[in-house]
Amino acid sequence: MNTEVLADQVVSDDTPIANKEIHDVIGAEYAPGFVTDVESDALPPGLNEDVVRAISAKKDEPEWMTEWRLKAFRIWQKMESPDWAKVSFPPIDFQNISYYSAPKTMKDKPKSLDEVDPKLLETYKKLGIPLHEQERLAGVAVDAVFDSVSVATTFKGKLADAGVIFCPISEAIRDHPDLVKQYLGSVVSLSDNFFSALNSAVFSDGSFVFIPKGVRCPMELSTYFRINASNTGQFERTLIIAEDSSHVSYLEGCTAPMRDENQLHAAVVELVALDDAEIKYSTVQNWYPGDENGKGGIYNFVTKRGECRGNNSKISWTQVETGSAITWKYPSCVLTGDNSIGEFYSVAVTNNFQQADTGSKMIHIGKNTSSTIISKGISAGKSQSSYRGLVKMMKHAENARNFTQCDSLLIGDKCGAHTFPYIEVRQPSSTVEHEASTSKIGEDQLFYLQQRGISAEDAVSLIVNGFCKEVFKELPMEFAVEAQALLGISLEGSVG
Amino acid sequence: MLDIQNLHATVNDKPILNGINLQVNAGEVHAIMGPNGSGKSTTAYVLAGRDGYDVNQGHISFEGKNLLDMEPEIRTRAGLFLGFQYPVEIPGVSNMYMLKAALNAIRMHRGEGELDAIDFLQLVKQKARELNIDEKFLYRDVNVGFSGGEKKRNEILQMAMLEPKLVVLDEIDSGLDIDALKVVADGINALRSPERAFVIVTHYKRLLDYIQPDFVHVLSEGRIVKSGNISLADELEEQGYGWIETAPTGTDG
Repeated sequence: MNTEVLADQVVSDDTPIANKEIHDVIGAEYAPGFVTDVESDALPPGLNEDVVRAISAKKDEPEWMTEWRLKAFRIWQKMESPDWAKVSFPPIDFQNISYYSAPKTMKDKPKSLDEVDPKLLETYKKLGIPLHEQERLAGVAVDAVFDSVSVATTFKGKLADAGVIFCPISEAIRDHPDLVKQYLGSVVSLSDNFFSALNSAVFSDGSFVFIPKGVRCPMELSTYFRINASNTGQFERTLIIAEDSSHVSYLEGCTAPMRDENQLHAAVVELVALDDAEIKYSTVQNWYPGDENGKGGIYNFVTKRGECRGNNSKISWTQVETGSAITWKYPSCVLTGDNSIGEFYSVAVTNNFQQADTGSKMIHIGKNTSSTIISKGISAGKSQSSYRGLVKMMKHAENARNFTQCDSLLIGDKCGAHTFPYIEVRQPSSTVEHEASTSKIGEDQLFYLQQRGISAEDAVSLIVNGFCKEVFKELPMEFAVEAQALLGISLEGSVG
Repeated sequence: MLDIQNLHATVNDKPILNGINLQVNAGEVHAIMGPNGSGKSTTAYVLAGRDGYDVNQGHISFEGKNLLDMEPEIRTRAGLFLGFQYPVEIPGVSNMYMLKAALNAIRMHRGEGELDAIDFLQLVKQKARELNIDEKFLYRDVNVGFSGGEKKRNEILQMAMLEPKLVVLDEIDSGLDIDALKVVADGINALRSPERAFVIVTHYKRLLDYIQPDFVHVLSEGRIVKSGNISLADELEEQGYGWIETAPTGTDG
């Protein structure tokens, strides 16, 4: 099979009687939209080498890290913002963004939760993430990142007993420099893309996870990202390393206050799985999506990539994307090790004026590698949702297999769903399957369920949850419940 | 129980029902027959409150309440059940899950409180057994990949679970072979009771042979033009709809 590029596009059409109730789209309440009133220690807007040095200095970073950032910055300066995604927005003025903001109370680096500003703890509590360990569900350790700094990391002690390192990446750079030097930028290189280069220059915090050989991480790890300050970008960096025969499940959640201006979030996540290791990475992304008129909201430009570096390793991405004004995100797997497995399960919901261009890349390098992509796009209101995926079978990927399924569900008649699958095959023994479908929540489905006594809102949520079932079953239990609830809220008011 | 007075209704501004009068009491089984386009399905959809079926004249009362004021789901909760001619597929949602949501919505409305998972499971399995329906049915997605006969049996199972007061069946017999027809008819007969009424819309008499309705009405051009007992169905079977004074028009089934 030769290189093949497929692209199709489906835009929903009017059905005669049906939809007068359905396309009455009202913005849903965005519960995490509050602002925490804390004094910030922020850098003034603008970006140059001095700003990069200043961020590095604020983090007490060693010289090699400062140099690494500067190198990234110089590469970024020569790059252009990509324009191939099916999203539109006015050009971002990168000189008008503040690249560092931290609550003043964090300056003295509180040593325990008791020293953390109660206002910050209250913020996470309001978001349903209590940080006091006794209030937490046992079994989930949390790193809470507020604007540019990590506020608290729970269960560190218990994890350390198992040999697991789970800490803010700023701390890892100081305390575990050899691991960071070895792995940082090894999956997403400095010059990989415009936003990852920017992130490499200015990233402020994020999580670092190291699971040593043979260890099964005793609890779920999670990071909760919160953008609070206005006019500030968040650039977090996450690095997860799973040594031979280790196993870890990691969850990520995100919210931001409702603000009229757009805010930039450009994260980089790197995963490395060595021989027989498994990393499961789940995201529930609920950044502020903007209001019902398309004002405000987060620009979410994220580079997430995992490398199955070892044989028989496995990396699985599961994401539920309901927020952000713009989502530009393609969690990917580089399947280097023989027999390694890559998976991508995604639900992306867009409502009102949201735009999402999301999908996955599966790069098959090793023999007998296999990958699965299940993508579910749900569009309501005037939103646009695109699936963009690349499946690449390299020369030595003998007997590699990929299965891709992308399904779109349209609610109402003013939204659009688009599919852009790219397939490149250089190894004739490999197999690539692609299935795609587009459907609409039909008036007939709604009426049928209503006729069974179920309210219109519940009927929509039943239909949507049914549509997403294959993805939800991949999420850890507590997250699956949260995701279902979130989906309900995101689509609230999208049916009469 | 049901009182339809001078009902006029349009679909896409086209008049379909032109003055239907019908009274149904508890315990009665009424059959509505008629040629294609006479307004049979429209009558069923108007009763259930489907969007796009606009009532522009007349009145329907259900147990003394104005049915036309109620949302579709409220009508169901009040005791009206519609068996569909073309049951709809809901991918990813199991029969079991949908039935539980439906039953609990109805129970809450009646002030009975929700059934928990174990009691529900017991009930639904018992109903399936009574109707000779394979338990596997319950775990399949709603109507997805069901044969025509299975879809109709699924409607009967839902009807049995939700225990309505008034059952409206819209061509429940269409597309069924003789065995499936018998299963469906048995299911309907099993639910007959002095407290429950049926309105059975059908094109053919063969279902009525199994069910033996108390009344048969003939619909033509949106009006009931003749009412009688089962012998009226026999007449129609022998002579077709042609002998009724008005010729069939339109396309509504």
